[in-house]
Amino acid sequence: MKVFKNIIDNIKPTFSKGGKLGFLHSTFDAFETFLFVPDTVAKNGVHIKDSIDLKRVMTVVIVALMPALLFGMWNTGYQHNLAIGGTMGFWEMFFFGFIKVLPLIIVSYVVGLGIEFAAAQIRGHEVNEGFLVSGMLIPLIMPVDVPLWILALSVAFAVIVGKEVFGGTGMNIWNPALLSRAFVFFAYPSQISGDKIWIAGLSKGEGIIDGFSGATPLANAKAGLEIPSLQDMFLGLIPGSIGETSTLAILIGAAILLFTGIASWRIMLSVFAGGAAIGILINLLAPATAQVGEIGHYMALPFYYHFVMGGFAFGAVFMATDPVTGSQTNSGKYVYGFLIGVFAVIIRVFNPGYPEGMMLSILLMNTFAPLIDYVVVDRNIKRRLKRAALKK
Amino acid sequence: MCIFAPKFFKIMSNHIRLSKGLNIPLKGSAKNQITKTVSSDIIAVKPTDFKLVNIKLLVKEGDIVKAGTPVLADKKRPEIVFCSPASGVVSEIIRGEKRKLLEVRIKTDKTNDFLAFDVPNIKTAKREEIIKSLVESGLWATIKQRPYGIVPNPDVEPKAIFISAFDSSPLAPDFDFALKAEFENIQTAVNALAKLTVGGVHLSFNPDNGSSSPFHRLENTIQHVFAGPHPAGNTGIQIHHINPINKGEVVWTVDMYALAAIGRLFNKGIYDVHKTIPVTGPRAVNPSYITCLPGMKISDIAEYIDNSGELDVRAISGNVLTGENVGKDGFLGFYHNQITFISEGKYHEMFGWAKPFRAKKFSVSRSYFSWLMPKKEYSLDSNINGGERAFVVTGEYEKVLPMDIYPMFLLKAILAEDIDKMEALGIYEIVEEDLALCEFVCPSKTEIQDIVSKGIALMVKEMS
Repeated sequence: MKVFKNIIDNIKPTFSKGGKLGFLHSTFDAFETFLFVPDTVAKNGVHIKDSIDLKRVMTVVIVALMPALLFGMWNTGYQHNLAIGGTMGFWEMFFFGFIKVLPLIIVSYVVGLGIEFAAAQIRGHEVNEGFLVSGMLIPLIMPVDVPLWILALSVAFAVIVGKEVFGGTGMNIWNPALLSRAFVFFAYPSQISGDKIWIAGLSKGEGIIDGFSGATPLANAKAGLEIPSLQDMFLGLIPGSIGETSTLAILIGAAILLFTGIASWRIMLSVFAGGAAIGILINLLAPATAQVGEIGHYMALPFYYHFVMGGFAFGAVFMATDPVTGSQTNSGKYVYGFLIGVFAVIIRVFNPGYPEGMMLSILLMNTFAPLIDYVVVDRNIKRRLKRAALKK
Repeated sequence: MCIFAPKFFKIMSNHIRLSKGLNIPLKGSAKNQITKTVSSDIIAVKPTDFKLVNIKLLVKEGDIVKAGTPVLADKKRPEIVFCSPASGVVSEIIRGEKRKLLEVRIKTDKTNDFLAFDVPNIKTAKREEIIKSLVESGLWATIKQRPYGIVPNPDVEPKAIFISAFDSSPLAPDFDFALKAEFENIQTAVNALAKLTVGGVHLSFNPDNGSSSPFHRLENTIQHVFAGPHPAGNTGIQIHHINPINKGEVVWTVDMYALAAIGRLFNKGIYDVHKTIPVTGPRAVNPSYITCLPGMKISDIAEYIDNSGELDVRAISGNVLTGENVGKDGFLGFYHNQITFISEGKYHEMFGWAKPFRAKKFSVSRSYFSWLMPKKEYSLDSNINGGERAFVVTGEYEKVLPMDIYPMFLLKAILAEDIDKMEALGIYEIVEEDLALCEFVCPSKTEIQDIVSKGIALMVKEMS
């Protein structure tokens, strides 16, 4: 520890303002504070502070993402093995997935953090920790066969247009990770859509068993085809974006986030409540005579299937709970989460084109979160005015 | 309890339970024992203690003062004066940048020569007479006005007066112990204050000191009980639940020590502001109570400072949430009823934020495994454990603020200097101390009390 400290102290003058490499002081500061919690002390005001800081908050989220990430790696191998009809063992599958997923993570962090550092440098600010989480979320919501250049572009888009133009972490309107996914979805529909992209190697088609589909359960549900068992979908033995398939792994992450108090239980709970409410309503409205493939048929799918298919759980636990882009008032969080659940299921069932609704639903509610807060805060203001009026 | 119940005693069913808040498990609480009576050579009157008052200096070096001689006055309202707590000679006038007046130092003669005030009999005194005595004696400054937490305007009658009979802040004084000999004085003060408002004198207890507190017997009070963690003892929180302040309304708050001093004024005709306060904190040796005067030099109690260990000691006049870092050579503030010694957190902790377990650090979140030891008391230091960031995490402030107020929105309104929004969102109901816990828990390390101070200063400027 002393050694590191000495090195840092020795090179610090070079990177400080006025030093030879003074223009890099933000970058230097980021590395220094990464290694050491700074020796900043409280001025007047509160003289002692809680030991939590944003780095810790982000670290906890990363830890909570680990089960989904590790499962995603294994599942990448597992799905590939299914597709080629192979006989890979557990570690083989995991290693296969690891090799596939690692480049995505590296590209995401290198591009995203590169831009963050540059932006901090230009502004002369400290580097914010926000991208530590976004950089992990982005690969987890991508299909495994996404070309790296598309991933790099989408990360750049999300960080620059989604975050830095608004002023950096804490100032953005939309969840950067979802923005990157939306960018991929709308900018490269030909490369990134259909049933072939969810399983590694499927789009190239080498060594794949005849007739292997690779479609996600959501796509199958939409088309009225057979979907995997509830248990398989809960465990995550299905094709899909890397981190979204296993509801179990996501729930472990949710438990970590809720126990540590990092994420809002209000949002998580109400997303599921919203999904259940609209799902039950749609179930009740489903026509009894619908043919397979018609919307009416999909409407009859029991509502809880939506929780284990696609990105519903992942979105509810890791995306909707982003404190910056979500509703900031406690009562607003209920409304915000509830509507995310509602819109996600509505988009899934009734929109003819795209089988998944979670991404657009969260982005939509990100847009409306300030309005929800405005209404909540306005009610508080009215209460205060009413109280004053009663007095007179 | 009933056997003590005199005829004015009102038993109220005002039992309010607050679930939001936090008791920070800080080491170094004072044991109920007076271990020193401080007799200071030098006492300072600090203009900086009086928030938003434009100060005029009334004395010069070499002037002889008694306890109760005015030393400073308010430029705008010259009748409001701030007095010397002891008798002696003005030895030094300390100025800072731009000749800002920082301290008036008085070399005490240790004779405790009090200026005699002609005070009315409380039983028969009129409102004006009581106010005149309070203003003249300098004790007027012990009363604080809400909104803003400033020295009140004597011409405005308050809606009511609020007193907290307990302090819930970290390592706070135990009034039942520290003021047990002052019951008669406090009763006199309550009787005097009761004549200044039609809304009554509201006194709030917590259930722990509930029925055992001697102050339950205080006549002429409307009593309430506030259960729950800090900030349940803050008058701001209590007012919010008893009778919230609306636009245009004014209430007063007085602390228990000030009541004792006010009582002494009316009982004896003197400005006697001595108090028995705790010396506390993780770096305090033998944390216990001392009897001293406001303006006492911290070095007068140097033997209570634990100088062992690598880290420097931060001497705080007041508590760790709201006090002032005065340094070991500083002086006790006029409004402070406690001294706290903590470590100065000037160190770099390697990978501190990444450690699963930080045994020496406390966090209200469970992101460190310190939740495994709920009973542990911590030797917290002044390191802010991170860097300042933009607002990111939401919902944390609400967990420690038992008020119907949206702190983050209010803070943003203050930062935007939007007077209308500040007013609408509740600036009248808070002072810095009410949001101190928000500052403690903030992961972005926002200096919330500083923002609130700026907001209040802006309101005072715009509204006057």
